Amino acid sequence: MTAACAAAPFAMELADTSTGIQLSVPSIHCASCIGAIERHFSKVPGVQDARVNATQKRVAVQSNLSADVLVQELNSIGYEAFPLDDDALKNDADPVCRDLILRMGVAGFAMMNVMLLSVAVWTGATDATRDLFHLLSAAIAVPAVIFSASPFLKNAIHALKGGRLNMDVPISLAIVLAAGMSLYESLHGGAHAYFDAALSLTFFLMIGRYLEHQTKSAARSAAAELAALEVHRADRKVGNEIESVAVKDLFIGDTILVGSGMRVPVDGRLQTQTACTDRSFLTGESEPIEHTKHEPLCAGEINLGAPFEIIATAIGANTRLRRIAELVETAENARNSYTSLADKAAQIYAPVVHVLAAATFLAWILINGDVRNALNIAIAVLIITCPCALGLAVPAVSTAAISRLYQMGFLVKSGTALERLALAKTMIFDKTGTLTAPGFSFGIKDLSPTQRAIAKGLAQQSSHPLSKALAQHLTEDVAAQIENIFEHPGLGVEGAWKGRKVALGKPAWLNQPGDALTLKVGGTACPLLSYENVLPGAEYLISDLDLLGISSQIISGDTEANTERLARKLGFGSWRSNVSPEQKAMCVKQCSLAGPVCMVGDGINDTAALAQANVSIAPGTALDATRNAADIVMIGDGLGSIPKVVSVSRKAVNLSKQNFGIAILHSVIAVPIAMAGFATPLIAALAMSTSSITVLLNAMRVRLGK
Amino acid sequence: MSVLVILIPVSLFLGLLGLVGFLWTIRTHQYEDPVGEASRILLNFDDEGPRDKTEN
Repeated sequence: MTAACAAAPFAMELADTSTGIQLSVPSIHCASCIGAIERHFSKVPGVQDARVNATQKRVAVQSNLSADVLVQELNSIGYEAFPLDDDALKNDADPVCRDLILRMGVAGFAMMNVMLLSVAVWTGATDATRDLFHLLSAAIAVPAVIFSASPFLKNAIHALKGGRLNMDVPISLAIVLAAGMSLYESLHGGAHAYFDAALSLTFFLMIGRYLEHQTKSAARSAAAELAALEVHRADRKVGNEIESVAVKDLFIGDTILVGSGMRVPVDGRLQTQTACTDRSFLTGESEPIEHTKHEPLCAGEINLGAPFEIIATAIGANTRLRRIAELVETAENARNSYTSLADKAAQIYAPVVHVLAAATFLAWILINGDVRNALNIAIAVLIITCPCALGLAVPAVSTAAISRLYQMGFLVKSGTALERLALAKTMIFDKTGTLTAPGFSFGIKDLSPTQRAIAKGLAQQSSHPLSKALAQHLTEDVAAQIENIFEHPGLGVEGAWKGRKVALGKPAWLNQPGDALTLKVGGTACPLLSYENVLPGAEYLISDLDLLGISSQIISGDTEANTERLARKLGFGSWRSNVSPEQKAMCVKQCSLAGPVCMVGDGINDTAALAQANVSIAPGTALDATRNAADIVMIGDGLGSIPKVVSVSRKAVNLSKQNFGIAILHSVIAVPIAMAGFATPLIAALAMSTSSITVLLNAMRVRLGK
Repeated sequence: MSVLVILIPVSLFLGLLGLVGFLWTIRTHQYEDPVGEASRILLNFDDEGPRDKTEN
């Protein structure tokens, strides 16, 4: 007894020191990767347990080591790894998925057993044997239907309460009436029972719902992973020590160190003499912005120069970044009013079928006055009109299309996003970060080799982002030997080359006109025009979209000159510059009066416009507030594939419509048979399976083609 | 037809057995990493099976 008491707290202590860490390892792809990683971790001291999830390409590690050490361990055996933020992954556990599998499984097993009994009836069981089989079927089917079909029933009741008709209404009606009528018939020794139909309807539709949920949750969890990759930490300076703390634990007045290439975590005032940041996320401006001491900086700006220090002035929800992100919630949401294709079809289909069934019922009462017989035939009509194929028509296609786009690097987060994209008439692009990549190229055609060598020699000695970009741009030149180099912060660099005075910097500082970076050798000066780098794939974007009948335009927060240059280079017909975030949303609203608009943007200043548009796309490099506002997130260099995404979405909508056609064709053949009273449970089962299978096969065609 | 007295309980029992097996696969988290589980059969070392995420 004492031993157990002593052991228990010790075990508790052990559990406390080790924590679960999730690492994203994108290069996991086969059994040997799983083996290599797990075997390696089993040898690392301090790691209790490691398990690879190859589907999500993640490793869950139980250990008392820090995430950085684990990342290094993985690097040492050749795997690139990224720690994932625990908070962002919290909502990742998926109880809905397990629930759907359970309901699908129960319906499947019940269907198989009932089908066995039904085959016996169809092959000629009569009298007491048939009644026994029917009652046995009822005992299996009724509880199984109540359990498995409840999601459909709940949705249907919810829709009817809201005064709407969706696909779940006719489906639920068919399932409930088939099961109810069969139960009554079984208890009264009737000839026909449709338990197998009720169960297979539930089973097939449950498969559709499960697949749909799987693809969407795969896209959502990949999107959650993008958010989790951004570890929200900052370096706080306390005395002379620097400690790493979570951004949410920062206070106003804290001194924060912002390293090169890092994002400013909170709003603050600059403490260092000078700094240079990229503010394009906030405003769309492409030029680096110079700051001097005590100037305010906003959360989200990226440090392009040397590390600097700031004093926090606003944190959490008070930062400018978050205030702009909140515009999204106030923006009126165009997509809430969108009616999905499936619901539109249901609104036509449901009344037609229900009227047909009612007419059949009345007609048979008039013919022979037998209410029970008339009801049986009317219900056979309801079952045979293929609610199964209709229910699968859209989910089967969108599942296949979403998983195809997933392989192309596009995460589709919303079920109706593809339908909305297929309708788009105008595509509006943000400029900075969406069409352009960070960095610059320079107009150096007019420079002599000597001038290029001098420019490189000067540029290499400066930490200014433009100089760094210039040095990188002049890859093929050998830097000239420059002596007495001196950098004037915020102005330029000067030095001596073979006794002559040379300088590179702002034109005003060198007494030159214009605003381009200027090189001065002795008395001659030449401007070096800088251009933004265009993302790969942007060149053919406009012509490809034109072929699809989509007009495109740029709306940017950058200057007129920069916007016009890029628009002309890429062939955009229209553009607007110097646009504020609120104006962007207004522009989108105006355009959408002429036809559905697709917005593509990455900045926090695009967020309201993304939410306003009928459908929206954001690159994976965008901030998480922006990604959350978009329907589709593209990972990697997906820009050039946007026209392809549009054509896949159009194909998906076409195939969905074809599927409705197939379902209706089946109904047209089967309904007269049912109305004439010749339908048997066997015919109903055949009609249901053939139509469902043709619909599923047709949906697979979305994967074909280029 | 008296053979039905044996056959029907047998078929019901087998169906139930399948269902119980299916429930067991859900409870032991066997649907959370389909790609990984499929390739683990190729590994030479013993594997203790998927783990419960909520235990962490």
